[in-house]
Amino acid sequence: MKPSNHPASPGQVLIPAEDFLLTDKRCVQWRNIQTSSVKKGFISCQGKEHEGRIKMGIERTYAEINARIKTGKAVVLTAEEVIGKVREQGLSKTAAEVDVVTTGTFGPMCSSGAFLNFGHSAPRIRMSKVWLNGVPAYTGIAAVDAYIGVTEIAEDDPTNSNYPGEFRYGGGHIIEDLVAGKPLKLEATSYGTDCYPRRDIETTITINDINEAILFNPRNAYQNYNCAVNLGDKTIYTYMGTLKPQLGNANYSTSGQLSPLMKDPNFSTIGIGTRIFLGGGTGYVVWNGTQHFPGWLKDGDGNIVGSAGGTLSVLGDLKQMKPQWLRGTSFQGYGVTLTVGLGIPIPILNEEILRYAALSDEELHAPVVDYSDGYPNRKPGNLGLVSYAQLKSGKITVQGKEVPTAPLSSYPKAREIAHTLKEWIQKGDFLLGEPVQLLPGPAAGLTGKVLENK
Amino acid sequence: MAPHKIVLRFTATTSDQPIIYHLVKDYDLVVNIVKAKINPHLEGTMVLDLDGERYEEGIQYLRDQGITVHPLTQEVVRNHDRCTSCGACTGHCPANAIYMERPSMEVQFNGDKCVVCLQCLKVCPVRAMEVRI
Ligand code: SF4
Ligand code: SF4
Repeated sequence: MKPSNHPASPGQVLIPAEDFLLTDKRCVQWRNIQTSSVKKGFISCQGKEHEGRIKMGIERTYAEINARIKTGKAVVLTAEEVIGKVREQGLSKTAAEVDVVTTGTFGPMCSSGAFLNFGHSAPRIRMSKVWLNGVPAYTGIAAVDAYIGVTEIAEDDPTNSNYPGEFRYGGGHIIEDLVAGKPLKLEATSYGTDCYPRRDIETTITINDINEAILFNPRNAYQNYNCAVNLGDKTIYTYMGTLKPQLGNANYSTSGQLSPLMKDPNFSTIGIGTRIFLGGGTGYVVWNGTQHFPGWLKDGDGNIVGSAGGTLSVLGDLKQMKPQWLRGTSFQGYGVTLTVGLGIPIPILNEEILRYAALSDEELHAPVVDYSDGYPNRKPGNLGLVSYAQLKSGKITVQGKEVPTAPLSSYPKAREIAHTLKEWIQKGDFLLGEPVQLLPGPAAGLTGKVLENK
Repeated sequence: MAPHKIVLRFTATTSDQPIIYHLVKDYDLVVNIVKAKINPHLEGTMVLDLDGERYEEGIQYLRDQGITVHPLTQEVVRNHDRCTSCGACTGHCPANAIYMERPSMEVQFNGDKCVVCLQCLKVCPVRAMEVRI
């Protein structure tokens, strides 16, 4: 049937059949469609109602993007570059041009660690307790497997007995040293069994001597984070760094407009199987992170001014990672951790996804939280919202006072990650992983449970 | 004899005293302030060239005021390979010797401005700031 080409009457829009995507199949002809019914997600066609939605400009599939990557034709921009592009030429034109937007972050991520398999000695030992350079690793799993967590410290570390403690060396440093190829002292003890008779061993290993080294981080890439201040009268030492009294400084810790989860707040593209930049090598999103409660950040009037709460579980082969992207880190008075380099490519499947990927530091905000009382005592509320543009300017205003800001996550390194990922994709070395299942987004309404002291 | 290069460290209670005036007036010393950074509410550091017959007495006077005095034999340097340009140190440097360049957000270090207060050594999460003796 020929399409009708008379203009749409008021309250109707003329939509070409190929632009109305039916849930089951494409509409077969041109139709005048009631604007109201399109909004509700159905059209009436030849007396029958069809469910569907209007195609929002360009639409792409993972397969199409990967085909373009393989032929070296994919157009890739970093999350920083795409902001200018959208400002310059608008959303539709940019969406039509750009296949992938790359993000990056390089910050302390405490829920990180590595599974190691040391191989078997003769005679065999089960390894019920393991230490690497004096730092204990978890061994409540099979023989000669261990998990070294990045916040672990030596049993004789003075911790905060000499307040504020220095926390010079721990699990995070072990992982950095391993990846750097340095020899580590391995000590293990066991109770001895018929099949595993040996009771102790002390030797030296490098990452190349052991079977597997798998970085497995159960909570990484926090979507957004508090901007930490101190309302109290004395300096405090926190996982957000050293905070001077009476609003002496403010520390924040995300890469803002480059931050992976802030650029796909609906989790429209990130899911199980998403291939990522992890520690300088390739990694994968394997699940949501612990405490994954994605939601929107709203101002006093209920306007959305950012997103927060999402986290990722990520995994990758430590043997192909690089020490400059996995840095052992110490926070005075708090402890040790690992600074992790992580970057996620966002496929521009449609205009809506680009709209979020192009959000800028001016549009993304973080809550200001007091770490002298509010945070440690889990008191609800915050001291207001500040934009990442304000945070990056070097000062914010809190309770009428001008407060100098400093980041804990490196913006230049985040930018370098986004650029590296862009190069990998452009060279055809890195294909996008289509998630086998997306992660819950804000629509899932997940919220945290609290621990009652029963 | 060449002038002595010394570092004075002040606490909140000792930083508002007119010590230079007394060093010159009472002890007849030649004072050259190389670098100084004192916030009346916080700690402060000052690097001085100090010269004169009554040098030792001047030092004793400073110590009596509760000011710590050390010869300047240390220098703070940045290990470029370790520094991630995170910026965590920039909020703690009293002399603005280590600072954030905007809008690139690259952290820059100007050793000439450094008053060797050692704050950055404690704050830097990856231990990129080092002391050289
Ligand atoms: S020692 Fe560090 S914090 Fe102190 S003045 Fe020098 S650069 Fe700044
Ligand atoms: S805190 Fe350390 S790593 Fe971060 S910018 Fe300062 S010197 Fe560099």
